[in-house]
Amino acid sequence: MAANTSPWLHRYAVLTAAATFCLLIAGALVTSHDAGLAVPDWPLSYGQLMPPMVGNIFWEHGHRMVATFVGLLTIGLAVWLARREPRRWVRRLGWAALGAVVLQGVLGGLTVLFLLPRPVSIAHASIAQLFFCFTVTLALVTGSGWLEERPRRAQSSSPSLRRLAALATAAVYVQLILGAAFRHQATGIIPHLLGAAVVTLMVFWAWRRVRREHADEPALRRPTNFAVGLLLVQLLLGGGAYWARVATASAPQPQLVMVALTVAHVAVGALVLASCLALTLQAYRRLAPAEPQPSLVSEEATS
Amino acid sequence: MNTMTKRTLLTVTALFLLAVLAGCRGEEPAAPTTPAQPAAQPAAAVDPATAATIVGKVSFADGKPARPPIRMEADAACKAMHTTPQLSEEVVLNDNGTLRWATVYVKDGLAGKTFPPSSQMIHLDQKGCIYQPHVVGVVANQEIHIANSDQTTHNIHPVPKINREWNESQPPGAGALVKVFAREEMAIPVKCNIHPWMRSYVHVFSHPFFSVTGAEGTFEIKGLPPGDYTLAVWHEKYGTVEQKVTVAAKETKTVDFSVGPKAGGDD
Repeated sequence: MAANTSPWLHRYAVLTAAATFCLLIAGALVTSHDAGLAVPDWPLSYGQLMPPMVGNIFWEHGHRMVATFVGLLTIGLAVWLARREPRRWVRRLGWAALGAVVLQGVLGGLTVLFLLPRPVSIAHASIAQLFFCFTVTLALVTGSGWLEERPRRAQSSSPSLRRLAALATAAVYVQLILGAAFRHQATGIIPHLLGAAVVTLMVFWAWRRVRREHADEPALRRPTNFAVGLLLVQLLLGGGAYWARVATASAPQPQLVMVALTVAHVAVGALVLASCLALTLQAYRRLAPAEPQPSLVSEEATS
Repeated sequence: MNTMTKRTLLTVTALFLLAVLAGCRGEEPAAPTTPAQPAAQPAAAVDPATAATIVGKVSFADGKPARPPIRMEADAACKAMHTTPQLSEEVVLNDNGTLRWATVYVKDGLAGKTFPPSSQMIHLDQKGCIYQPHVVGVVANQEIHIANSDQTTHNIHPVPKINREWNESQPPGAGALVKVFAREEMAIPVKCNIHPWMRSYVHVFSHPFFSVTGAEGTFEIKGLPPGDYTLAVWHEKYGTVEQKVTVAAKETKTVDFSVGPKAGGDD
């Protein structure tokens, strides 16, 4: 069904996704500076709307301010979609995004009030990435490129690119959860390293499929190229962040090199997730379902 | 989907499950060494006529450890309190080659003996955006008075594994916080979430036989009943080193320790 979404709505959705990306960075800065409990109360900060922004209060309250801004943007997006978006699933996705950002706020409060219990901190990090996926999806599906109607391309290879891309996206998401578990000291580094191997395999598999069969389709080529390029950067950043963490373990406070590399690793991880998600969405939009494979059992034998 | 592809996807799924299961087994950090204490017996006061004393020093085993500087730019009030950069207190080597902030304590040998709770108040101050002292020892339920002598807000956050965790802010001019730790526990880190370089350690003992080394690297444990003991020294970077000691009635025994990366320790 052809939808006629306002270009301003699309721009607003892009703004919300971009602001959410900044919020992810703000959250990563809080963890890297060990500032999670610099403000011991919630929802106010030291009983005020605006406390003195000294020391780690700057990072923690700054994170809350960005989160408030993103929350307001999400309210506006959900309402705007409800009023103007003809596709019911997109309207529902808008409300789901609003529910996710409210849940994020509650989880953030719980982490503070209950002194950073690891399951809650990991859930807060994981839901943040899920919410980012919602905003990226809304930005993508409200764009003119998505709305353009074209015949769907056939695909016959197995597994289908749709399935490959979806699995790659799921692998990246699980890897982000494993990264959060390591950051919050619930696990060691080994699970995250194993996850990196799986993600690398899946992303390269999807990239190879697109190069071989759909190199002329920019809607598929661009996100997969982004995913591979960002993944290579991500692998380097991961090694650098871990080296910096080990090298500065005895430092009296978080060192700039460790903070910078770790936050960059979190940010690029989110972009890898967004790229794989975009590839998945475009694969479902632009490709026909995979053709069924011929049965090995002869019809004559069963009649 | 052909057989090769199915096998590949199954392999990938298995790898991921392996990664998740490896994470679920977890790598819980090793619990700090805590002196083993049997069930309490009725209190028996130490006879001063037979009480012994252990004295000694804690030397650093190898070289001259670095003391990284602390950056306080994040809070102008903290930076303004110092004309020279403050240095990390993780490893403080005294001029005579001994270690400061090492904790010597009786780890074993007090089975069956209990001791009256101490009414002495222990003070922990936040001064110059540094915890002073860096290491304190208390008896379980002994009061710790935590003061803020700075013109900036601090946020005191001990992170125990056995005792109750808490996190409270303390603005400038606020009265002292009075806290106790009810259970025996070694090396409770105390941090300030606003100033990430601030760190101290609290040891909670079931007895009063412990001593933290100062600027001379020496320790003194008085009033000890005669007997056989395991004496231990704890350092936040180099872990724990133990020695067996036997003290006779009214004896003053000298026991020295050597601590460092080569002398090793439990951690």
